[in-house]
Amino acid sequence: MDKISRLTDLAESGLVDRRGFMTGALALGLTVGAASSLWSNTARAAAKKGGHLRLALGSGSTTDSLDPATLDSTFNQILGYGTLRNCLTEVKADSSVGPELAESWEAQPDASTWVFTLRKGVTFHSGKTVTTDDVIASMEHHRAKDSTSAAKPLVQSIESMKADGPDKIVFKLTSGNADFPYYMADYHLCILPSKDGKVDATSGDGTGGFILENFEPGVRATAKRNPNYFKSDRAWFDSVELLSITDPAARTNAITTGEVDVMERVDLKTVNLLKRRSGINVIETVGLQHYTMPMITTQEPFNDNDVRLALKYAVKREELLEKVLRGYGRVGNDQPLAPANRFYATDIEQRTYDPDKAKFHLKKAGRENLKVKLSAADAAFAGAVEAAVLYQASARAAGIEIEVVREPNDGYWSNVWLKKPFCMCYWGGRPTADQMFTTVYSAGAPWNDAYWTNDKFNKLLVEARATLDQEKRAQMYREMQLIVRDEGGTIIPLFASYVDAATDKIGHGDIAGNYALDGLKLTERWWFA
Amino acid sequence: MGKILVMVAQRLALGLLTLFIVSLIIFLSVELLPGDLAQEILGQGATPETVAVFRHQLGLDLPAHIRYLHWLGGMLQGDFGQSLANKRDIAELISGRLGNTLFLAGLAAVISVPLALTLGILAALYRNTFFDRAVNVFALSSVSFPEFFIAYVLILFLAVQLGWFPSISNIGPNTEFFERVYRSLLPALTLTLVVMAHMMRMTRAAIINLMASPYIEMARLKGLTPRRVILHHALPNALSPIINVVALNLAYLVVGVVVVEVVFVYPGLGQLMVDSVSKRDITVVQACSLIFAATYVLLNLTADVLSIVSNPRLMHAR
Repeated sequence: MDKISRLTDLAESGLVDRRGFMTGALALGLTVGAASSLWSNTARAAAKKGGHLRLALGSGSTTDSLDPATLDSTFNQILGYGTLRNCLTEVKADSSVGPELAESWEAQPDASTWVFTLRKGVTFHSGKTVTTDDVIASMEHHRAKDSTSAAKPLVQSIESMKADGPDKIVFKLTSGNADFPYYMADYHLCILPSKDGKVDATSGDGTGGFILENFEPGVRATAKRNPNYFKSDRAWFDSVELLSITDPAARTNAITTGEVDVMERVDLKTVNLLKRRSGINVIETVGLQHYTMPMITTQEPFNDNDVRLALKYAVKREELLEKVLRGYGRVGNDQPLAPANRFYATDIEQRTYDPDKAKFHLKKAGRENLKVKLSAADAAFAGAVEAAVLYQASARAAGIEIEVVREPNDGYWSNVWLKKPFCMCYWGGRPTADQMFTTVYSAGAPWNDAYWTNDKFNKLLVEARATLDQEKRAQMYREMQLIVRDEGGTIIPLFASYVDAATDKIGHGDIAGNYALDGLKLTERWWFA
Repeated sequence: MGKILVMVAQRLALGLLTLFIVSLIIFLSVELLPGDLAQEILGQGATPETVAVFRHQLGLDLPAHIRYLHWLGGMLQGDFGQSLANKRDIAELISGRLGNTLFLAGLAAVISVPLALTLGILAALYRNTFFDRAVNVFALSSVSFPEFFIAYVLILFLAVQLGWFPSISNIGPNTEFFERVYRSLLPALTLTLVVMAHMMRMTRAAIINLMASPYIEMARLKGLTPRRVILHHALPNALSPIINVVALNLAYLVVGVVVVEVVFVYPGLGQLMVDSVSKRDITVVQACSLIFAATYVLLNLTADVLSIVSNPRLMHAR
């Protein structure tokens, strides 16, 4: 089979024509029919160079900058990371981690020391070669004491970094972390050119598949293909143009009138109308993004696990999926790992709407006729207020009176989230189980929005992090999923898919779900068919 | 003539005072909004520690009056400062956007002002005919619909169904002039429909008002054609109110177009201001609002000067 896949590779890169392909495939023992259909599949999937991609993004603001420390919306993420720059590693479509600027890496047995080997001869757009100094300075950019980077918690576990020879970097961590290569694929941690230990964070110079031509924050960015890109099978478009179109109606108009080739975030209210239009494909990517309702577990009545369980049993998840997401997602099971995660435990029973169980737990807690306030605003996620009202109705049947408090979108993250005892929230998800649990569920984490502490969970978390044996780890993560599901302070009713649309001229391979837009690498991974 | 210069000087001084008060009000109202720049930029990812560092770096931890005085000090030296959010020079940030806004306003004005005046004069000339009623009904209905509705109707017919115009105004600094006009035409048409009724109705009313005056009757009795009566006898005396309405609508074309900008993704000043308010980027908000306030002050002043110039009684008052 190996030879056949080599043959299809040759066909995809255009080195073998149909005649050559058929002769070769028959020689390898395939029947004419099989060889013929293999050829047409291969040809359809074959990427080719050329064209000018126009991508309509649903975010972007005049206040955007290219500094990786502040990449906060899909517009500057896909520009500042996916288009212009690279990280040491890359998360692939099958959610495994692969090499990018690092060629290989290895860990000491306790996973607390990692040695990364740089790919040789990679240059920045400016022509400067990537060195170990650049890598260290790029990490320091987030790690420094006065840094305001959102990735600070990620790199805080790095105790020291030093170069070992011209192309090796040794990372010493404060404790073992088997997922460290995944950390290095985080979009904030892209490698920037440096001079005397200071990085150039804002000019847009990087190693990426495209070279920045023009960037008007909040309006557009254009970039042309990097002729020296180190990946030979990526960056197919001659040039790309990212447009910030925050109004969903304007975005939809733009793709239906042929002004753009790909649009991000289809308006789910009109998705069925868009689907009916010929020449446009709606693309659903099951990702890690999930909607949550954290309850502050240090406050009455949420400090009682029976109250939390009652509230978990009172959610009609299927109804929310149907009405809020129009079916574009999956129901959640009150734990944050997505099915795409390596350590997702498939054998845990799905929690469903059960007013009797809810009443049972309320009675056990001695709080029949429970009354709670739920803070909601669409800043949490599109449809959050509707979801809260639907939840109010389903909870009433379980004997719980929920008062939906409509909060302003402005300042939602600073004044409501982490402050109001019960509110709507969302998480973009993290590529690894450890990152997800550490960021939101570990004791004392700044974003532990339920202020939840569970000694057994926290102990397992540290142990699992340093365990390199995959089977043992899977067992530990299964137990942690169970603990969060049954004792955690967060209701997780929904996993939301990314729903985008493209014209039928656009080709792509399997789409990664670790971030939106093919892992934020759409510009280098997609092509004009 | 000297009187006009004195008046212009006085009004400019008052205008400066207005700008100062506007900047103070804007500063205070942005202060009143919940959250600050550090929290808005860091968003859900903010930790108390990073917020504190962020505030300190930008001087947001200083008391409000000191920050205002700092800004005012820079402003008086002609320095707009930098955007707090992405450290770009505000003058540079605004110049391109202001150019786009003025271009769109100019295009809309070039279409709407002559159209409104012509239709107004014609409506006065043929008043109470079918033509008059039709023009009035059309103008009043288009001004009664919200802007975004008119915009969507135009997009539906002219962009989606007929495909004559692009549905979004994708213009950049390198777009050449005619391409720019073509891409901006739908938003300009939307604005035309929005502002036309006001100017048209005022022209019509001002002229009809004068038609009952004795000197118009005299002109008629002399046997002049209705056309000559209106253009040479009525119109010059009706100019003052018309100029005022035109000035008001021109100001609206510059400062009130944010909805149209959003629908057509037109990169103008309104969008910049909305972005900056939502991120509490106070220096950019201040710069935008000063430009908007100055537009009103200057256009009103121009209207007053033109009114005086067009009225000999005011021009040569004793």
